[in-house]
Amino acid sequence: MKPKGWKDLPPGSVVLEGGSAAKFKTGSWRAFRPVWKEENCIHCLFCWIYCPDMSVTVKDGKRGEFNYDYCKGCGICALECPGKKGQKAIEMVEEGK
Amino acid sequence: MAKVVAVTGNEACANALRQVNPDVCGIYPITPQTDMMQRYASFISDGKVDTEAILVESEHSSMSACIGAAAAGGRVITATSSQGLALMWEMLFIAAGDRLPIIMPVVNRALSAPLNIHGDHSDAMGARDTGWIQIWSENAQEAYDNTIQAFRIGEHMDIRLPVMVCQDGFIISHSIERMEYLEDKEVKDFVGPYKNFLPLLDLEKPKSYGPLILTDLYHEYKRAQHEVMTKVSAVTLEVAKEFEKLSGRKYGLFETYRLEDAEVAIVILNSAAGTTKDVIDDFRAKGIKAGLLKPRLFRPFPYTEIADALKHTKAVCVMDRADSFGGYGPLFMEVSSALYQADSRPLMMNKIYGLGGRDYLPSHAAQVITELDSIAKSGSVKTVKEYIGVRE
Repeated sequence: MKPKGWKDLPPGSVVLEGGSAAKFKTGSWRAFRPVWKEENCIHCLFCWIYCPDMSVTVKDGKRGEFNYDYCKGCGICALECPGKKGQKAIEMVEEGK
Repeated sequence: MAKVVAVTGNEACANALRQVNPDVCGIYPITPQTDMMQRYASFISDGKVDTEAILVESEHSSMSACIGAAAAGGRVITATSSQGLALMWEMLFIAAGDRLPIIMPVVNRALSAPLNIHGDHSDAMGARDTGWIQIWSENAQEAYDNTIQAFRIGEHMDIRLPVMVCQDGFIISHSIERMEYLEDKEVKDFVGPYKNFLPLLDLEKPKSYGPLILTDLYHEYKRAQHEVMTKVSAVTLEVAKEFEKLSGRKYGLFETYRLEDAEVAIVILNSAAGTTKDVIDDFRAKGIKAGLLKPRLFRPFPYTEIADALKHTKAVCVMDRADSFGGYGPLFMEVSSALYQADSRPLMMNKIYGLGGRDYLPSHAAQVITELDSIAKSGSVKTVKEYIGVRE
């Protein structure tokens, strides 16, 4: 795709569509990766509610895998996760390890 | 039918805003502008306008509220001075970058420190590079006329940029002068209903303002913003022509006074131009061909047109009521840049006058014209930049 020139831009840098954040993948910003441990998950969906982006997938009321394309590794999901019997269902692991 | 009145610059501008009756007004007091927004708040309380007033906790918030309201799709105004304009600084760039035609009278006042409430141009000159259109006004009549025209210029569909309308603090804002108001209906018809452009509240077409644009496109966005500025002069003249038909008062990109055959000239902004014109008449009577150029549109700056108007002269003094410490005065920088591109150009000097409301007297103008005359004869400038009216 040819990159846009200055004459092709909408005035005022206004984004002329809704939901365009889906096109901006920010997963590469991550230093720590949240890892889901299904055995400790009670499917409370706190992680889905608290995630500031859209990195937690949900299907039929059940939590699914992380979508790492949008996860910046903020760790809010891991902090909020109540887990099961004191065992967290989300753990932050350093990238590259 | 025009109505002749005796009013202050603040009152004149408040009435121009009343006649336009915008949707939203950000209000925060600062001397010498306070009186303008106080009057406007009375118009709201008295039901003379149906503007939504947003009373904020600072000018930074005022401009932020204006940006939100303008992006939502409203016709938006505010007014400020000095430290208030300085506090708005980061938001000014956003208003311009988002292409939001907010109209803001600026009652020019000095900046701290030391604290001073009186008229000088340091505030608006500091906001020179924010992407706002700047229109400067000599007196209450011009401040009123420029405020009305600013709506047409800023809101023009090819422009969509915010506009500052400048007038001198106290000298104009608080002095009572004779001027003429247009009829409410004439102003309403002239300005017309607000035309929306990419409003956030158009829920059928969702959009976002203020995205993150990095190295891939930011440079292109700025180039596009510059392009819009290149169209402002033509629109300003087109609006002025229509305004002349309505009011009988003629406006251009700048005003010239006895400049056509002048050998020496003063370039000066706002209220000091009036004093200078009187002194020019005295020198003309003595046989010295002096003239004046008073810029009206300062951003975008009409470089070519101003160079054409001045290039035949032998010596020019650009007078600044603001300083760039360690540099030349801001108006001097522009006028000398303009003249450098001309095929012939006058000798030039820069005088800093009237800071913090120091009176600009006829004797100052006379001193400058006398010096210009001797420079024109000798062919050399001794000191490029000097303060005048300053005690040793």
